[in-house]
Amino acid sequence: MSETDKVREALGDSIQKWHEHSPRRIYITVRPEDLKESARVFFEEMGFRFSIATGTDTPGSIELTYHFSCDKTGRFFSLRTHLEDRDNPEIDSIAGITKGAEWIEREIWELLGVNFKGHPGLKRLLLNDDWPEGVYPLRNRKKKTGTS
Amino acid sequence: MAEEKKIVIPIGPYHPLQEEPEAFRLYVEGERVVDVDIVIGYVHRGIEKLSESKHYDQVPFLVERICGICSTSHPFAYVNAVEDLAGIEVPERALYIRTVIAELERIHSHMLWLGLAGHFVGYNTVWMWAWRYREPVLDIFEMISGNRNHYGMMKIGGVRRDLLAEHSQHLKKTLVEVEGAVEMFRGAVMDDPVIRARLRGAGVLTREEAVDWCVVGPTARASGVDIDVRRDDPYGAYDRLDWKVILQEEGDVFAKTVVRLLEMGESIKIIRQCVEQIPEGEIDARVRDIPAGEGIGRVEAPRGECFHYVKGDGTNRPVRHKVRAPSYVNVASNKVAAAGGSVSDAAITLAAVDPCYCCTERACVIDRNTDRVVMTGADLIRLSQEKTGKLRQRLEKQ
Repeated sequence: MSETDKVREALGDSIQKWHEHSPRRIYITVRPEDLKESARVFFEEMGFRFSIATGTDTPGSIELTYHFSCDKTGRFFSLRTHLEDRDNPEIDSIAGITKGAEWIEREIWELLGVNFKGHPGLKRLLLNDDWPEGVYPLRNRKKKTGTS
Repeated sequence: MAEEKKIVIPIGPYHPLQEEPEAFRLYVEGERVVDVDIVIGYVHRGIEKLSESKHYDQVPFLVERICGICSTSHPFAYVNAVEDLAGIEVPERALYIRTVIAELERIHSHMLWLGLAGHFVGYNTVWMWAWRYREPVLDIFEMISGNRNHYGMMKIGGVRRDLLAEHSQHLKKTLVEVEGAVEMFRGAVMDDPVIRARLRGAGVLTREEAVDWCVVGPTARASGVDIDVRRDDPYGAYDRLDWKVILQEEGDVFAKTVVRLLEMGESIKIIRQCVEQIPEGEIDARVRDIPAGEGIGRVEAPRGECFHYVKGDGTNRPVRHKVRAPSYVNVASNKVAAAGGSVSDAAITLAAVDPCYCCTERACVIDRNTDRVVMTGADLIRLSQEKTGKLRQRLEKQ
């Protein structure tokens, strides 16, 4: 069975969308509640390395993409999920599965305002202590000002 | 924990002598480091956000300046990401030129680290000679690109400057000189009983820890984790050349030193093959528009996997640009590598992941029981050098 077949089988019904952009770049969308288990499958069962996660503010949702590298084949399997509650986006932390996720979850928390439930210690990573609360630099909402 | 925290010597993360700020708070009980608190963010400049207001072809100049010493890696990973997004095929000649630049960078970066590591264990001669032998490599960069750092070579679809015949001639001569230096260091470091005794067993990162913390580069390969982007997800001309991935098993500072030393030898091999095999032809695919979509690009920087993700919406600017330097995952692993070790090994352990420079001057040591700062970064380096001195005396007596 090929590696992509194994991934398909392991994730099963969790897969909402499967997009192969190119032979070594695959994007798999899952529901937020299935993200943690999918990450566990990738890290513990498939032996993929967690490379990094990307948080993106999009018009419909906060999009989280967790990039896992299968070093044996050079493929990236990027697990994607959409958090639709943009006022209080939250998802289970995967820091318990891999320590490599601790810092990036802190970063996405402070730059995008996503709460990672169960993270061992969400505190600022990059932003200074005097950066105002509730202001998330990577959010794209336009502020209404006097001039436009 | 004491109500009143007494800081004996306030050492901020900013210091006139330091190139880059980072803060390590090492908690000690007696001679043992029991915990490490790593504080970063002092040079957070909002590069990802800045990218969103640049044209695609302006971004390489921006990301080149993320880091002064591995300034090829970020633009290289970025152009790989955009070329992945848009399905751009880069001309062969450009792939070879990119590979030459990237490997020259690996050599001068590892040389810099070797010098600093030498200084930290009290071998200032290694420091002076390693940095002296970086110079011919930087001269080559100046000849090809006009700059000793920040080469401006990478562009989407190719490279900005060609490798001329006279460059190749000079390059071949320089490689002979550098190869001699690498051989000398290999003998000096690997055959010296004091260095081996000093670095063996120091700052161990086990294979399990390396996997759990998702470390990359020489930090991973020194712990037996067999990963190298050049082989695993080939880019440039690497899959057309004969070279090997360097692995060690012990995960200590000595293993990390050996990996970097031997990698320099492989880099020389790679560059020689590129100079021999580089085909004639275009160096630029002349890309006009970037369609909507997303791409991931990565390269094996001197410190490990450098990752860029780019998302476009069909305009001339990226909508999202995620950058992850290798040190991001490697520095975090110092939490386990330094803990359990002695204070005199702390400086060299923190430096062993090659965090773009040595940030241990930013380190301070806190006594767990009293919560007071008892040592500065300078003290840690002095302690490290003293330990080598005592070791040498002991070995000479035998």
